[in-house]
Amino acid sequence: MINVTINDIKLQVPEGTTILDAAKMVNINIPTLCHLNLHDIKMVNRTASCRVCLVEVEGRRNLAPACATECFDGMIIRTNTKRAIRARRTMVELLLSDHPTDCLVCEKNGNCDLQRIAAELGIRKIRFEGEQSTYQKDSSSGALYRNPDKCIMCRRCETMCNEVQTCSVYSAIDRGFETVVGPAFNLPMLDTQCTFCGQCVSVCPTAALTEVSYVQDVWNALHDPDKYVIAQTAPAIRVALGEEFGLKPGTIVTGKMVAALRRLGFKKVFDTDFAADVTIMEEAKEFIDRLNGKGRLPILTSCCPSWVKFIEHQFPELLDIPSTCKSPHMMFGAIAKTYFAEKFNIPADKIVVVSVMPCIAKKYEIQREELKSDGVQNVDYVITTREFAKMIREAGIDFTKLPDEDFDNPLGESTGASVIFGTTGGVIEAALRTAYEWATGETLQDVEFHGVRGFEDGLKEATVKLKDMELKIGVAHGLGNARRLLEDIRDGKRFYHAIEIMACPGGCIDGGGQPYHHGNLEIVKARMNALYEEDRRKPLRKSHENPAVLKMYEEYIGEIGGHKAHKLLHTHYTPREKI
Amino acid sequence: MPIRMELLVCGGTGCQASNSNRVLDVLKEEIKKANLQSEVNVLMTGCFGFCEKGPIVKVMPDNVFYVEVDEDAARKIVAEHVVKGRVYQEKLYVEPDTHEKLSEQSKIPFYKKQLRIALRNCGKIDPENINEYIAADGYMALGKVLTEMTPEEVIDVVKRSGLRGRGGGGFPTGVKWEATRKSKSDIKYVICNADEGDPGAFMDRSILEGDPHSVLEGMAIAAYAIGAQFGYIYVRAEYPLAIHRLRIAINQARELGLLGKNIFGTDFSFDVEIKIGAGAFICGEETALINSIEGGRGEPTVKPPYPAQVGLWKKPTNINNVETFANIAPIILNGADWFASIGTEKSKGTKVFALAGKVNNVGLVEVPMGITLREIIYDLGGGIKGGKKFKAVQTGGPSGGCIPAEHLDTPIDYDNLTALGSMMGSGGMIVMDEDDCMVNIAKFYLEFSCDESCGRCTACRIGNKRLLEILNKITEGKGEMEDLEMLKELAETVRDSSLCGLGQTSPNPVLSTMKFFYDEYLAHVRDKECPAGVCKELLKYYIIPEKCVGCTACARVCPVNVIHGEPKKVHVIDRDGCIKCGQCYNTCRFGAITRK
Repeated sequence: MINVTINDIKLQVPEGTTILDAAKMVNINIPTLCHLNLHDIKMVNRTASCRVCLVEVEGRRNLAPACATECFDGMIIRTNTKRAIRARRTMVELLLSDHPTDCLVCEKNGNCDLQRIAAELGIRKIRFEGEQSTYQKDSSSGALYRNPDKCIMCRRCETMCNEVQTCSVYSAIDRGFETVVGPAFNLPMLDTQCTFCGQCVSVCPTAALTEVSYVQDVWNALHDPDKYVIAQTAPAIRVALGEEFGLKPGTIVTGKMVAALRRLGFKKVFDTDFAADVTIMEEAKEFIDRLNGKGRLPILTSCCPSWVKFIEHQFPELLDIPSTCKSPHMMFGAIAKTYFAEKFNIPADKIVVVSVMPCIAKKYEIQREELKSDGVQNVDYVITTREFAKMIREAGIDFTKLPDEDFDNPLGESTGASVIFGTTGGVIEAALRTAYEWATGETLQDVEFHGVRGFEDGLKEATVKLKDMELKIGVAHGLGNARRLLEDIRDGKRFYHAIEIMACPGGCIDGGGQPYHHGNLEIVKARMNALYEEDRRKPLRKSHENPAVLKMYEEYIGEIGGHKAHKLLHTHYTPREKI
Repeated sequence: MPIRMELLVCGGTGCQASNSNRVLDVLKEEIKKANLQSEVNVLMTGCFGFCEKGPIVKVMPDNVFYVEVDEDAARKIVAEHVVKGRVYQEKLYVEPDTHEKLSEQSKIPFYKKQLRIALRNCGKIDPENINEYIAADGYMALGKVLTEMTPEEVIDVVKRSGLRGRGGGGFPTGVKWEATRKSKSDIKYVICNADEGDPGAFMDRSILEGDPHSVLEGMAIAAYAIGAQFGYIYVRAEYPLAIHRLRIAINQARELGLLGKNIFGTDFSFDVEIKIGAGAFICGEETALINSIEGGRGEPTVKPPYPAQVGLWKKPTNINNVETFANIAPIILNGADWFASIGTEKSKGTKVFALAGKVNNVGLVEVPMGITLREIIYDLGGGIKGGKKFKAVQTGGPSGGCIPAEHLDTPIDYDNLTALGSMMGSGGMIVMDEDDCMVNIAKFYLEFSCDESCGRCTACRIGNKRLLEILNKITEGKGEMEDLEMLKELAETVRDSSLCGLGQTSPNPVLSTMKFFYDEYLAHVRDKECPAGVCKELLKYYIIPEKCVGCTACARVCPVNVIHGEPKKVHVIDRDGCIKCGQCYNTCRFGAITRK
């Protein structure tokens, strides 16, 4: 322990403590902007680039960034001297002087850290006038929107992309006043190895990185009398949407979410969970086939489009190991425009499928050629949890007062296995529940596989006894963890029978399209708990017991893993360049 | 037949640009024609420093120093001096005051007060021949260190010598070595910072070109002292000749076993690799340099941890600049006390300065610390060009400041320059006269810093830009009094708030000119005048009626037709429409147009 004095308060801190953290211990708040500490996923953005947390340290010539300066024994710190306050204010003013002041119409209005800090410091005038840097905007991916004009060079996206997700798409480019964060050669994002996981969006303090919005397109479809617009909602929406309306993180709002979609004008409100159960039917079958020698092990889950794009770029030599199953919402799209259309006698070309997703990569996924049928998208639009909340607000719906309503049938029925698809470990647990019963012919007594659950470990391992066989299961969340796992598999250092990978830390509950957590990952953990709670509440907790799914196979698809199933529910992968 | 005479031709970049390569060829041809090649040797050496008078040819052992030698003079030197033994008077240096012709280098005022330690071999030996370096006691210090001294003793000598980093910061070299030595790691690195980026500074280039082995030897000694096995020389791609000669030097040192495994038969092994940088000024900052070597973007990171603890590839790393390394071998050979006897109390030894600007003798000088600015500018530099009035001297490049006439007698050392709001920097020294506008000078340096900022931190990226914009406003005659307050406040804040040395010092040119030349700022803002007549937008052109003969030349050349007057009558400029292009001023043959 070392002794420090902050604003005349003496305290002891462990060695290695930053001034910022030491100040917090004695309830002194030093404003920060670029700093971000997501210790649960071992990400610390300590670039000290914004210079907003400057404080005075006795004996030091210049001011010290509190976020990146470690205390030393006998350090005397003053956080509120004239010089420190002047510097902090000036830094914010300088940032504002090179930032569009279109807050009123900005995507991040109310959610912007720069706006927040300007308000906190009481900036009422930007004393510096001058040139503003402007750059090309990029929406090439149809998923991720880059507006570098609003970049404040905090480098959080870079740290997230390079260190956590190991995709290394971003770095600073150009120099001097023109410096901005962007991809190599300033390429359009679509031409890079970006997986569109959207974790950069989750941590961007301003609107420099957001999603490509389809809100207006969805409104247009809803208002078009010729269209039959149906919605599907991913499992992770129901445990996060409430936050947008002031509800406690982890509040389950499934019923209100369904009610809101109906009031927005969707003809049918269905559940991606239904398709998740279908995914398990197909994936468990594929898994058992591979266990029986038909195909290579391990089998990798393929629900996450960001993860799929990652393996295509980074491990093109391993493209035979992911399951060929489409992701649940793509299965849903295919089912909606065939089975549902035929069953309810609605022309498929009138059906507009809107997916409400916690994800930005899903916006990219729906455009993939191999996921179209005769050139037509199976899912027409993807909107994020955040966009959905905007529509609810715009429509004047008082969300918290809505009654709880049920999904429509038949594509609204689901089991507890499907709802945990939204969290890390959930897909593999759902698959195990079904694979176990199919492989052993026995009824699974305890459906909960706690070994694959949890947020803290980026790489999880579990062993499941399947009669006399020991199944080795691997789970990775966060693409950096996925990379480590895949490298070991490629190099023959580890062996698993089945692996689940989700691109976002924690899984879809922390997807790039979810309400902003502003660095508080306790919110994400609350969402995770809520999903498991939702699972426990369900009367049916194994996908192969979903009666609506069984009925669909009987009425329409036929054999699990059969010809029609393959045509509708499976896909293939393409090797892609690293850039 | 033994060699009786050597002709040393300057092969520095400056003299090569003045065609010294051709001079070398001509000398060789002529000597061959005279059939003297077996007794007269022609050598290309490193920089003599007196770039103003290049190309330079020195004849040894006669000790005759020829200046401004062209092809014709080269022929004459052979015909007269080499063949007939008569000094060729035409190309001797002429002392401007006495008009006396001086044949001896050490008598030329430019060299009189110089003391060459870092530059000891430049202009004396062939940098492409390791044997010449060895003949000049080269690698003796390394041998002594490896066979007679412990690393701690080496560090002790360097510490006691008082040597401070010559790259700009002036951090005590021995202390830096000691910190790196104390960091525990099986792998450590030595880096030579040859990313000389200050505009106008070229001492590091000259050392690398003229005496590359002195740097290699210094690095090897440092490596031994700190426990490193490998070194990098980070040199900018703009220095092709330095890179070329370094490559030759490294290969020759390897061949002789002075680099590589078990040097001097000891356990010590050390090798060096050249890393070529793309010439970003920021890569002279040590953490940025490390990032660049690692293949990352050249931008600084937060210190601490210092490279001595966590450096290249996260290993303890010692970084010194070229001139610092060049000082090491003489310190080891002559002892700490010898070095410490030169200079001032806190700044020991010598410093190389690149003297440039409005001074008669432009070039590279190595002088003992403690010499005054006046001595450098007037005695070595030969005073101000064209007899004009001295206004200021800028030291330390874009990180430094401008020092006015009243401080000319300040003895030069790290601390005195810092106290004056400037800094030693890598040793750029640009002299300004009455024709230089100090606001414009501040703007010039700030433009450089703005361009070279890595853009990482707010203070430097946006702060410097805003400072520059305010300066632009002032030099365009649009400045207001509150701009001056804003300029000072913002400059201080950028200095206090920036992440690295670049941003922390980039406001120095502004702050120092505001401190010493505030009246010039006031003239620009309040009177809308540029006293030096530099800031174009503030100039006003007048026709002096007494001198105008009505030749109409000015009216004809004026692109906006605002000069009126009948032929053979006095003309007038309508200043409302004048775009201040200066065409009339340049055209008038009667001195009838003035501007102020």
